[in-house]
Amino acid sequence: MGTRNYKRKTSHSENGPGDGGRTGSWRVERPILDKSLCIPCKRNKEACFICWLFCPEIVISRTIPPKIDLEYCKGCGICAEECPTKAIIMVDEAEFSKEDKE
Amino acid sequence: MHIIEDGNAAAALGVKLCRANVIAAYPITPQTPLTEKLSEYVESGEMKAEYIPVESEHSAMAVCIAASSAGARAFTATSANGLLYMHEQVQWAAGARLPIVMCVVNRAVGAPWNVWNDQQDSISQRDTGWIQMYCADHQQIIDSVIKAFWLAEKVSIPIMVCYDGFLLSHTFMPFDLPDQEKVDAFLPPFRPAYALNPDEPASLNTVTLPDVRIDVHGELAHGYMEIRYLLQEELRASLAVAAEADKRFTEIFGRGGDPYIEPYRCDDADHIAVGLGSLTYQLRVSVDALRKEGIKVGVMGIRFYRPFPDEAIANALKGKKGVIVFEKALSYGYEGALASDLKSALYEHLAGTGRLPLVQNFIAGIGGREIRTDDLTQTLRAATQSRIAKEPTWIGLKL
Ligand code: SF4
Ligand code: SF4
Repeated sequence: MGTRNYKRKTSHSENGPGDGGRTGSWRVERPILDKSLCIPCKRNKEACFICWLFCPEIVISRTIPPKIDLEYCKGCGICAEECPTKAIIMVDEAEFSKEDKE
Repeated sequence: MHIIEDGNAAAALGVKLCRANVIAAYPITPQTPLTEKLSEYVESGEMKAEYIPVESEHSAMAVCIAASSAGARAFTATSANGLLYMHEQVQWAAGARLPIVMCVVNRAVGAPWNVWNDQQDSISQRDTGWIQMYCADHQQIIDSVIKAFWLAEKVSIPIMVCYDGFLLSHTFMPFDLPDQEKVDAFLPPFRPAYALNPDEPASLNTVTLPDVRIDVHGELAHGYMEIRYLLQEELRASLAVAAEADKRFTEIFGRGGDPYIEPYRCDDADHIAVGLGSLTYQLRVSVDALRKEGIKVGVMGIRFYRPFPDEAIANALKGKKGVIVFEKALSYGYEGALASDLKSALYEHLAGTGRLPLVQNFIAGIGGREIRTDDLTQTLRAATQSRIAKEPTWIGLKL
């Protein structure tokens, strides 16, 4: 199957997860949200969402609490770096593969 | 209306008539008066465009890329080392399929430093994926700029309109200044297939994997190789669109004809001189002189260098005894690039006929060395009589 009928002549990436492939498989560290520190969760109001704004894969939702789509989260850690209350920490994926095995 | 102006003014007037929206340029001899003119038009309000002064040619092209991506009709101009400095963005503009028009006012490249005319600058950009047009006089400069915008926007490929520094850029000549209404009829406003839009955010020309991919909509999208193949395919197909541009232009302005080549006294000629730009008009003087001696020679100017009109050229040279290629540039380490391309076209289209014309290559006017018409005449006369050299021969060299 070819791409002859594809609508564009150039490389053109639209908003949304998946344009760079299944980037979840790149992840070595997983972002974990601590709701007790997250501003919108604490206030139960739409607020902050800096993580949503900064995530380059656009996989964090603008919801209370913010949800992360691990299918495409590439583990870059930008959300953890930018979160003003340090509500997101990056945890080694090995921790979760242990869990998965158990 | 006929006016008398220099070549840079002809180009600037063409850009104004085409209602370019964004002009970004960095001055460099001999292009400077062209961009000065445009900045004056914008300053005085005669032209409604954004003139963006930049700190380098690399930035000039970057601005044009951004402007064109946002749906603006963008123009820049440069020469010599400025073009070389721009090179990375020149390639980018073609890969991004943006219909930018750029005048290249041909000048020798350093080292050593030299501000005079040859064509090494634009010839060295031959393989960037741009369309290249060459002009032989001021009428061709202004007409080519107008045609270039139409063609570039039709095929989504950027175009260089090349003309000789000083010989054309700074000399005065009469030419017809097309009417604004006619230019408007020829060239509708730029309607891009996609323009940057905050309501439809997208990343353009992002990293593209070696293989095809699935996009966010789940559709199979091109990989790098498909995108580059389409550029080649549509560059080749743009030859036919150039003919359409020429036809439309002729209908509206009453000028035009062969869009790819410009033959002069070629029909019954045995030997044809070939070249790019103003040199081909100088060669007409030599051809006239030799015709008086009974030597059957003609000259063919090549208007389109990329995409290379190989078939039109081979057809025009079919049955000729010799082809004498004059060039103001060199593929260092071999021969003139045009000579190589011509041989390739002849081989491709005439190899089976058993009658391949002999191709000889002469290099002239490097770094603005004066090309004397007498020297051209003598060289042409000698080349029609016997093979002068296998290697390209330099005319006017004082070693
Ligand atoms: S680590 Fe955070 S910022 Fe990076 S992709 Fe995952 S969710 Fe987005
Ligand atoms: S940046 Fe931190 S505090 Fe703000 S919404 Fe995201 S996780 Fe919560």
